[in-house]
Amino acid sequence: MAEVNVKVNGRAVSKQVEDRMLLVEFLRETLGLTGTHVGCDTGQCGACVVHLNGRAIKACIMMAAQASGSEITTIEGLAKGDALHPVQAAFREHHALQCGFCTPGMIMTAVDLLNRIPHPDEATIRKNLDGNFCRCTGYHNIVKAIAAAAAQKRLVEAAE
Amino acid sequence: MAHEGIGARVLRKEDRRFIMGQGNYSDDIPVKNAAHAVFVRSPYAHARISRIDTSQALAAPGVIGVLTGTDLAQDKVGGLICGWMIHSKDGSPMKAVPYPPLARDVARFVGNAVAVVVAETKNQARDAAELVEVEYEELPAVVDPAKAQVAGAPQIHPEALNNTIYQWALGDKTAVDQAFAGAVHVVDLDLVNNRLVPNAIEPRSATAIYEGAEGRFTLYTTSQNPHVARLVLSAFVGIAPEHKLRVVAPDVGGGFGSKIFIYPEETVCLWAAKRLGVPVKWTADRTESFLTDAHGRDHVTHAEMAFAADHRIIGLRVKTIANLGAYMSTFSSSVPTYLYATLLSGQYDIPAIHAEVDAVYTNTAPVDAYRGAGRPEATYVLERLMEIAARRFKIDPAELRRKNFIRNFPHQTPVIMNYDTGDYEATLAAALAASRYAEFPARRKEAQARGKLRGIGLSCYIEACGIAPSQAVGSLGAGVGLWESAEVRVNPAGTIEVLTGSHSHGQGHETTFCQLVAERFGVPIDQVSVVHGDTDKVQFGMGTYGSRSGAVGMSAIVKALDRVEAKAKRIAAHLMEASEADIELKGGEFTVVGTDRKMAFANVALAAYTAHNLPADTEAGLKETAFYDPQNFTFPAGTYICEVEVDPKTGEVEIVQFTAADDFGVVVNPMIVEGQVHGGLAQGIGQALLEGCVYDAESGQLLTATYMDYVMPRASDLVSFGVSATATPCKTNPLGMKGCGEAGAIGSPPAVVNAITDALGVERLDMPATPQRVWQAYRSHQMQAAE
Repeated sequence: MAEVNVKVNGRAVSKQVEDRMLLVEFLRETLGLTGTHVGCDTGQCGACVVHLNGRAIKACIMMAAQASGSEITTIEGLAKGDALHPVQAAFREHHALQCGFCTPGMIMTAVDLLNRIPHPDEATIRKNLDGNFCRCTGYHNIVKAIAAAAAQKRLVEAAE
Repeated sequence: MAHEGIGARVLRKEDRRFIMGQGNYSDDIPVKNAAHAVFVRSPYAHARISRIDTSQALAAPGVIGVLTGTDLAQDKVGGLICGWMIHSKDGSPMKAVPYPPLARDVARFVGNAVAVVVAETKNQARDAAELVEVEYEELPAVVDPAKAQVAGAPQIHPEALNNTIYQWALGDKTAVDQAFAGAVHVVDLDLVNNRLVPNAIEPRSATAIYEGAEGRFTLYTTSQNPHVARLVLSAFVGIAPEHKLRVVAPDVGGGFGSKIFIYPEETVCLWAAKRLGVPVKWTADRTESFLTDAHGRDHVTHAEMAFAADHRIIGLRVKTIANLGAYMSTFSSSVPTYLYATLLSGQYDIPAIHAEVDAVYTNTAPVDAYRGAGRPEATYVLERLMEIAARRFKIDPAELRRKNFIRNFPHQTPVIMNYDTGDYEATLAAALAASRYAEFPARRKEAQARGKLRGIGLSCYIEACGIAPSQAVGSLGAGVGLWESAEVRVNPAGTIEVLTGSHSHGQGHETTFCQLVAERFGVPIDQVSVVHGDTDKVQFGMGTYGSRSGAVGMSAIVKALDRVEAKAKRIAAHLMEASEADIELKGGEFTVVGTDRKMAFANVALAAYTAHNLPADTEAGLKETAFYDPQNFTFPAGTYICEVEVDPKTGEVEIVQFTAADDFGVVVNPMIVEGQVHGGLAQGIGQALLEGCVYDAESGQLLTATYMDYVMPRASDLVSFGVSATATPCKTNPLGMKGCGEAGAIGSPPAVVNAITDALGVERLDMPATPQRVWQAYRSHQMQAAE
């Protein structure tokens, strides 16, 4: 058994878990945070993307024990109460989701992308989504939503 | 209030829960004390099972039970069925063999389940599954449909000689032979329609609960049609009577056809839950999805098209071998027959068509409907032929199509379908204009200067949606009716619930169905909610596939709304002391025409429930149900134009422009419809460029069983699409809707391949057009030219 001490969405959590428990299992099964999804269990589809110490990682290819001592943000922790994160709002505004299954991972990746590259062009957005599969949208509106969120961020920054 | 009715780009009501991580998918549902199932699967494509020893697994920590096909047979759990009867040309019925949920004597494909381990935790079940000892005697396997019927091929089921399930034909052979005898030009083509894996990002999942005292089962599962699942599991598999079996399909993470079917795993979970006395949960991992989700396409075809001197098509002859895999999945038999050959007239006036289809068993996963189901295969045959013909005739491919378009409606094709309406010239013109088709030669020249080969390809597709009058499909062999049901419940305070037999797994029904109510009653969509996906809540329904939820599902809602409106008007007229004929419902109010008398919708609803003052012979309450059976299929159509650049040094293909012009009839929410097209295009482009399911020809091993091997379209493989719409409203349903869910996947593969072959100057190129294939095609073409 391994001890996992993490801060998840701002809340400190301490649990004893099986050594082989994956981070995504810890989030979904131990903590009940089922917004993070499992689409492939081999690190390709990106449905399980969460933030670990502020960077996007795939929770299906990391042990829960490895995450001990970290701060984790999942899709459930992104909105401030009822107020959506700008990327969440842009996904809705631009119809960037259909079945919704890839959406949490896609949004977490997009937030990370805009943190790293605040003003990406379309090619950069597309390249940075290589680790996230969507089977419904053809990515068209996802790319649009991320570009719109970036543009909005620029507007906000310009106003400040 | 902003317009929220038909035609409005309303943002989706369901989005909030998905973007906040509050979706409720099958695997998310907490079930107290649920045990976990892990399946032991055949590692061989074809093998006799000589012995299964479960003793070590049973002794492993946490194990509750290990069950095999023998246990299943003891409990008289039936095999899964194929629900559409096809007869061969000679009148004999298809050679359907029941699909046992756990193989007992012979495993017939890699991944065929042979035992299930149920344990307290998933890891315990996984560990114990490795302790189940199965002795196999490997048998020779066949995976290629073209080789399955060859003499000496491994025989998969004793019931099906030469692995042949049926040899079916449609159309007038004599008329076609005559047409070819008189033809001035004949264009022929051999093609493979590549096998695909649907790959919904949510893997299939089932959680089964048995409550012994009541003898009641509940199944949470990833289904596109929970009522059909209940029907099959009850009436054919014999799990429980329908009223003792509740099937819930909550949020479902994409289906694309693969979640229509009834699979072994949910069947086994239900049975095991009762037999072992614990709730049993199973969720596929991705490799299991690759191994066991019903695959799509997999046709080998020879096609010939006969033309008159003026380039009018006078005949079409098609011979197809369709791979249905090791067992016949739920609707597999209908896909290469009535969903395929009936569309072989395309947008063209073809006087004589004859199609022959042989369906075969192979040692591969079952094949069934995948986005488009038969119609992409038909479109691919036709649109590849048209492009090749135009190039051979040295005329503009757009012109050849234009010359052959059907222009008078209704149009009876020689292959069953009767097109109600359409305007193919309009979608062609829209696509040509949007793609700046006329200026293509300049773009090609510019690309040439950069060392790139630029090509352009067209595809004019038609599809049949809203599958079709129950009586008609019944006469063609369907085991079910294809109507849809709806119930509209107006609550006492005026909110409205729409219960539908359609199922939303990304299509946005929670928004569009509310828009229909807003259009009719003038109430805000926030006052309306949609209930679906639960057999305990919804009376019955046929589910969502074949782009039927709008054309059929919403038509049922229209019927129920008509009845609600009629009753509410009767009550309003009574309360306002007016004649029923003078009552109008607009903007959420009942008004007496020509007066200032009015009543809010909610007040009439309340009056219906208080029932203090109702007209004579009027029952209390305001709730109506309806069943809608379509009069005909609907026929969406359009033109897609793809432009590619090929790097002749590497064979790499880049899509540089993709233009879609569709005619879906009346559109409820253009934003959602465009999204459906985008997704369909990505799947079609995926088929054309990237995706291919490969089994090893000798061993029958699935070589593309992970995302490292099966190439899914990624954002960087695609472009932003140019999408536009024209509309000829469907004439056979009340809303004029045609359906939009599959068009993108149907129309796009030939557009892509036509563009690549145009760039390379070659005729034949099979999908997926990988860099290796493209490079080889180009090199051999260059070498031939040099000789």
